[in-house]
Amino acid sequence: MGRYLLRRLVQMVPVFTGATFLIFLMVYALGDPVTALFGDRGPDPATARALRAEFNLDKPLWEQYLRYMGKIFTGDFGTAFNGRPVTELMANAFPISFRLMLVALGLEMVLGVALGVLTGLRRGRALDTSVLLATLVVIAVPTFVLGTTAQYLLGVELGWIQPAVSPDARLDELLLPGLILCLVSLAYVTRLTRTSVAENARADYVRTAVAKGLPARRVTVRHLLRNSLIPVVTYLGADIGTLMAGAIVTERIFNIQGVGYQLFQGIVRQNSPTVVGFVVVLVLIFLLANLFVDLLYAVLDPRIRYA
Amino acid sequence: MTFRTPGRPRDAEAQRRGRAPRRLTAAAGAAVLALATTACAGGNGGYLGGGGDGGLIRASWGDPQHPLEPANTNEVQGGKVLDMIFRGLVHYNPETGRAENAVAQSIDTEDQRNFTIRLKDGWTFSDGTPVTAKSFTDAWNYGAAGENAQVASYFFQFIEGYDEVHPAESGARPTARTLRGLHVVDDHTFTVRLTRPFSLWPQTLGYTAYAPLPRSFFEDHDAWLAKPVGNGPYRIDSYQPGQRMTLVANEDYAGEDKPRNDGVELRVYTDNNTAYTDLQAGNLDLIDDVPAARLGNVENDLGDRYVNQPAGILQTVSFPLYDRDWSGRSAAKVRQGLSMAINREEITSRLYHGTRTPAGDFTSPVLGDAGGYRADLCGDVCAYRPRRARELIEEGGGLPGGHVTLTSNVDTGSHRQWMDAVCHSINNVLDDSDACTVNPVPTFADFRNRISQRRMTGMFRTGWQMDYPLIQNFLQPLYYTNGSSNDSGYHNEEFDQRIDQANARPTQREAVRDFQEAERMLVDDLPAIPLWYQNGTAGYSERLSNVRLNPFSVPVFTDIEVS
Repeated sequence: MGRYLLRRLVQMVPVFTGATFLIFLMVYALGDPVTALFGDRGPDPATARALRAEFNLDKPLWEQYLRYMGKIFTGDFGTAFNGRPVTELMANAFPISFRLMLVALGLEMVLGVALGVLTGLRRGRALDTSVLLATLVVIAVPTFVLGTTAQYLLGVELGWIQPAVSPDARLDELLLPGLILCLVSLAYVTRLTRTSVAENARADYVRTAVAKGLPARRVTVRHLLRNSLIPVVTYLGADIGTLMAGAIVTERIFNIQGVGYQLFQGIVRQNSPTVVGFVVVLVLIFLLANLFVDLLYAVLDPRIRYA
Repeated sequence: MTFRTPGRPRDAEAQRRGRAPRRLTAAAGAAVLALATTACAGGNGGYLGGGGDGGLIRASWGDPQHPLEPANTNEVQGGKVLDMIFRGLVHYNPETGRAENAVAQSIDTEDQRNFTIRLKDGWTFSDGTPVTAKSFTDAWNYGAAGENAQVASYFFQFIEGYDEVHPAESGARPTARTLRGLHVVDDHTFTVRLTRPFSLWPQTLGYTAYAPLPRSFFEDHDAWLAKPVGNGPYRIDSYQPGQRMTLVANEDYAGEDKPRNDGVELRVYTDNNTAYTDLQAGNLDLIDDVPAARLGNVENDLGDRYVNQPAGILQTVSFPLYDRDWSGRSAAKVRQGLSMAINREEITSRLYHGTRTPAGDFTSPVLGDAGGYRADLCGDVCAYRPRRARELIEEGGGLPGGHVTLTSNVDTGSHRQWMDAVCHSINNVLDDSDACTVNPVPTFADFRNRISQRRMTGMFRTGWQMDYPLIQNFLQPLYYTNGSSNDSGYHNEEFDQRIDQANARPTQREAVRDFQEAERMLVDDLPAIPLWYQNGTAGYSERLSNVRLNPFSVPVFTDIEVS
């Protein structure tokens, strides 16, 4: 286990360096961001030059990258064009997006697995069909439409919630955005669990457990569910990263100043320190979430052992 | 969570399998607990619901692009704040747009080139220090210096010595630290010498780049940026960058436009659609930009709490006159023909619901007739004349290569729609579905790079938001040879002479007449096609009254009353 963990951690190094370099290259390829700082006006050459020097944009790409990476290891992620250090932006944005991710993940786990088990055990019945239909609708309708509609209905028409989330982004405010964010994943989790449960329900060990005279609930939760959860856990683990990085649309709709917002603004303003810095952290989250999932396999299925 | 089976003995099988299930339940339980505690902890503080904020106006805001320094701000979000916390020598009347003395007691000149500026007594910054002549000269020297890389530093180019503190050549070192043309006489008097006569110069001084700065700006710059201090009607009470700013009325404000409310809370919205929804839900009092998608319903939603009034913004499309295809007399005919092929009436009414009006000159209605606005100056060239359009394009030798493109960035401002409409209109007139095509550029930065590197080959979007309400500002930066925003590369010596002549005139009336003469040359040469004047829009809640926009489409916060 320890050696396996170490090997995985060492493997992260090339992935991490490669990913950051690619991102750096892509932002760089978008072109010179300084001209845009002057709005619709032609840049004054001397000022533009001073700004390029300030942000190291006058250096060749490889030198910019090396300088950037060198600074990252001392904890300096550079400065955004509005003068704020990127670490400060991250310190604000990541906790918010993390909370949103937790809410979304929690909802999709609880609702998705519950619905999956219910429908998996009652295949072909009315409940199963209606849930399947609902998941189809959720997958088909864009998040943007669902989000703004829910926001308008609950926020303006009914007045149950505040349409925009405050800068503190409290958990109760994040319930609706979290639900909207996880809806698509929720649909997938439901379907995954349903298929898996339906398959395993006919397995020998379930029959044995029933034959032993165990109560139905215990059979379902202890035996059936535990074995059916492996594909679902894989999906959920991979979803952690997606939920954090992919919240751009949801965060815009509900005015959540998280990772998606900062990334969006970084891209629009072509501010490479912001974009690369945030993506670096996201890459780390992806890698760690994947590792976590792999380790979780062993917990769920004792036959899997890591050496 | 679903995995839990509390209060029951573990069966033998589970125990053989090891401790795994318990760990899982424990982890899940901890997560639930964590969720619950944070939810409780977050319960107090934060936003109050509708109406709980006392007299504060809750207004929408966008994250400023640059640090909040007067000479480093060239966009409206940062400008909004600076306008609230600073007062310069002059201030523009929100109603008429005329420059009126604020901190200045008088600005005198004999020769339109040497100015003597006297300040009023009694002005202080909100930290208690007095506003003196040095507050101005220090601030201007800071803004002009090349090493400070202030994006609005070109505003100081009129002052003598600008080249020395801000050398244009690459690699050149500044040969002076301060502007030679500035001279402090005493605490309340200073003189300014310009590089050439510019009679309207005092009227440009309301722009935020000319604001005075307190000593703390220079002594502890970082602390100042964290909470800027100015001499305006409001002072900053708290500022969380990227999230919100609370401004309260400045009790020591010496100006006449004292705030009629307790203060303003600016909240950053990442999407103006959300701000609009928040206004509808009663969580926000004021938005100063109604999203394009809501314009169709806004009168239903807000009734008379919707503001739609002219702003100093002109939308144009420019031509690359540096391209051989577009230079010369015959190309000017083609350009005029294209202008006449655009049905401005139809596009503005269909797409913009009355928030744009067809343009008839190169300025803006907010200037007023005395300021140089002439609705009919462009005449037929800016009207929809399909037959004449075809004739002119024919006479000019047709479109270069039989084809023209219209280029703009499409990441902001819903530009795609009007570009499609303009091309559609041209294609209809020419009866050729391929005559005009839209060339979208993904980002604004990329688009501006192509323009500044002179890589345009067809029409491209240019817009102009005035810096100060003067006809000079709509002409000189845009069409004077090598002007700071002369994107089309227009060069006409006669035009330049007219502008110089206008700037040297002692009275505004004479100056305006010369500027209009110069403007007529633009109609003949047509380096750019005026499309439409843009309005400013706003919406407000029932708590507010007396809401209106100034000519810069920024709400006049000081006048707003809260009930």
